Amino acid sequence: MKRRWFLTATLAAAGGLVLGWRAWDRGFDARARRLAEQDGGTLLADWLKIGADDTVTVYVPHTEMGQGVHTALAMMAAEELDADWAQVRAAQAPADRAFANRFLAEGWTLQDWSVPGVLDGAVDAAFAAAARFIDLQQTGGSTAVRMTGQVGMRLIGAAARQMLLQAAARRWGVPAGSLVTAAGTVALPGSGRTARYGELAAEAADLPVPAGPPLKPRQRWRLIGTPVPRLDIPAKVTGQFGYGTDLALPGMRIAAVTAAPVPGGRLLSVDTAPALAVAGVERVERLEDAVAVIARDSWAAQKGLAALAPRFSDGGHGGVSCASIDAAQDRALAAEEGEARVTVGDAAAVLAQAPAGRIVEAVYRVPHLHHAAMEPINVTAQLAGGRLTVWAGDHNPLLARHQLAELSGLAAEDVVLVPLPMGGSFGRRGGANAGISAYFIQALALAKATAPNPVKLVWSREEDFAQGTFRPRLACRFRAALAPDGTPLAWSQLYVDGVPARVEAFRIPYAIPNQSIRAVAVPDPVRRGSWRSVNHSQHAFWSESFIDELAHAAGRDPFAYRRDLLPPGSRHRRVLEAAADAAGWGAPLPPGTGRGIAVAEAYGSVVAHVVEAALGPGGRPAVRRVVAAVDCGDVCNPDTARQQVEGAIVMGLSAAIAERITVEGGAVVERNFPDYPLLGLAQTPEIELRFLRSDGPWGGLGEPGLPPVAPALANALFAATQRRCRNLPLIETLI
Amino acid sequence: MSIALTLNGRPFTFDGDPETPLLWVIREAAGLTGTKYGCGVAACGACTVHLDGAAVRSCAVPVGSVAGAAVTTIEGLAGTVEPSPADGLHPVQRAWIEIQVPQCGYCQPGMIMAAAALLRASPSPSGAEIDAAITNLCRCGTYPRVRRAIRALAAQA
Repeated sequence: MKRRWFLTATLAAAGGLVLGWRAWDRGFDARARRLAEQDGGTLLADWLKIGADDTVTVYVPHTEMGQGVHTALAMMAAEELDADWAQVRAAQAPADRAFANRFLAEGWTLQDWSVPGVLDGAVDAAFAAAARFIDLQQTGGSTAVRMTGQVGMRLIGAAARQMLLQAAARRWGVPAGSLVTAAGTVALPGSGRTARYGELAAEAADLPVPAGPPLKPRQRWRLIGTPVPRLDIPAKVTGQFGYGTDLALPGMRIAAVTAAPVPGGRLLSVDTAPALAVAGVERVERLEDAVAVIARDSWAAQKGLAALAPRFSDGGHGGVSCASIDAAQDRALAAEEGEARVTVGDAAAVLAQAPAGRIVEAVYRVPHLHHAAMEPINVTAQLAGGRLTVWAGDHNPLLARHQLAELSGLAAEDVVLVPLPMGGSFGRRGGANAGISAYFIQALALAKATAPNPVKLVWSREEDFAQGTFRPRLACRFRAALAPDGTPLAWSQLYVDGVPARVEAFRIPYAIPNQSIRAVAVPDPVRRGSWRSVNHSQHAFWSESFIDELAHAAGRDPFAYRRDLLPPGSRHRRVLEAAADAAGWGAPLPPGTGRGIAVAEAYGSVVAHVVEAALGPGGRPAVRRVVAAVDCGDVCNPDTARQQVEGAIVMGLSAAIAERITVEGGAVVERNFPDYPLLGLAQTPEIELRFLRSDGPWGGLGEPGLPPVAPALANALFAATQRRCRNLPLIETLI
Repeated sequence: MSIALTLNGRPFTFDGDPETPLLWVIREAAGLTGTKYGCGVAACGACTVHLDGAAVRSCAVPVGSVAGAAVTTIEGLAGTVEPSPADGLHPVQRAWIEIQVPQCGYCQPGMIMAAAALLRASPSPSGAEIDAAITNLCRCGTYPRVRRAIRALAAQA
């Protein structure tokens, strides 16, 4: 059915202006009316509300998990609105189709809207990626600011401002063009007349909504580009910020769970008596692949679970280990057959003709990685009155709601998902590609057992490790041929494919005349997930390490070698040069210390790192300094942007140095932080960031700071020790 | 069994299993959820509170072992400052806002409690002292700002 998309305005219950995107078809219309009735006349599809008390509430469809998205998106709406920032609040939007990404994607690409000129160049690239999120409400792919913010929030803010101007013009009998706005007020210059937005909001709600409101040119931005303090931080330093684990509801029970340690395993048997003997334990639930203890409090649930000795089958995967996975991948790489991803020139022919002395070969390997977010997995669920309510943090609350409706057999409108902020996620919760998450299946089964009381399921840290969805263990094989002067003539690469993703992480930026990049799928039963930067995490490591090998084989400086292979004026070249310049590339270093460089593009941003590192006590890499250059186009909030890149560098170092999940007997060996050492404050180096002034399209920032970290560090260690680390984590090679 | 202690300056009595980790007493019996569960094995520090003024990891402290002790959580930290701060914030919390330390924020109450205990014991800690005292884990990677905030506080001391 043909749908049309409107910016709509309504009067808020308390006499304010409410703006939202609305899709109008027959089904949606009926649903919108029903939602409106439930909410006292206010449609839930609203993105921005101006109250009679002057407060501006921006409803953010993305999930806050530490990236500052609520602040950034509120800033973008407030910028166009000319709001008084002190009056701006951000609120989590509900899991509803009205907030689905398709509102944006379809609104601009499939309907008859014209894209405002200020967004030219930004929107085309963005929507190529956005189209894959149809019917989702996804936080991922570093899309929030550059898509929802650029297209949704700015336009909504601009439309609201136009309506407030019109309302003031009508009230004062003057042309709207004679009025100005600033800090939440409309003024008629020279007359002394002013009106606060809150005073005008109800009148504005009666006016038609402009379809294509003009956006501010960059030189008139007052909020965007300034380091506005994050709205969420005060509550985060006082302990008042509420996460899923903190939820407390009347009659709520607590559940602890142990699932089959081997994927595909089933619960064979469990004697429930020892758990039921623990004071506070109410029931033991046998699930298909898990056993859960339901208790009055967390300690009773944990104690009860610890008293059980469940037996699980291994789903036929008891023989799977890192060694078996490696062996299968090695066989696939040796077979030299793969699906072509990039073909330029004829790499095979050039390699066949090259003398052996000018061929460089290498095999790289990366381990399984765990997200290890500080807040363990948790879900609260309640089945009462024929409705299911679920409180959970998720990258994609709308998809989770659809999945829960399907699983429960309830109609979608009888399933409510209350999106909660997350204590980190990095792709873990709802970032996987494998259908409904196990914790939702468990929570629904437990809610049936406790109905009508709610139940809060919290995974122990051990369960969080055992049931992780990991960045897969993968390998890549390279062959390159060099000209007599060391310039690469052919680049041939066969890699084991990671998780399904449309974003092409495998491309290399270098002008090499013959390229053959091929992928081979080698399935294994270990659960896979999206881990911060997804496939970029492995591709940047091996490609940026191998180009370093070629530079050294050519006897050239690794920075100059890369630079000369990048087109003059390209983003990659400017970013690489900026990082080298900021780091003082070539300046003397203390004995034993080496400098490494790497550059990578991810989600529309280009980042280069220079790392200075040495071998510390016991052969452990000691990183003394990381210098980063970033081109992400315009920056919404420069301080939040710095946070994201700093955090990505720390996570990248942590993973590169020591993180690895080991699989033995089909199960995960590491069960808690002492087995999986994260980087600590003492190992964190000085970090210096340089954001390039750029007119380029807005890129993402949650992820792009991570991929170049591991190769820059490995390259620095090569410079320091002449040892090339082709396997991660680095300590396994160096110690 | 009844265990009496002082929680954020007020008497508090817990009736239950004395093996219960102090963390769960604070979160569920007292309803103070600023103190977080992260690992249960005293490895991450998300559950850090002050026990008679010293930073401890409450997930590994049985409540039965702290009868009579004074426990301070993130909710009570500002209350330890004399005179009572007008903004309701401890200087460490204020520095955390000023430097914009938190990202997801889950580990930050524990991080702040660890930093406050360090600065009380050593108002101008050296870099090595900071490294040794702040062993809390943060997956968002806020360590550079944690360090900056502690250095800023040390410079004011």
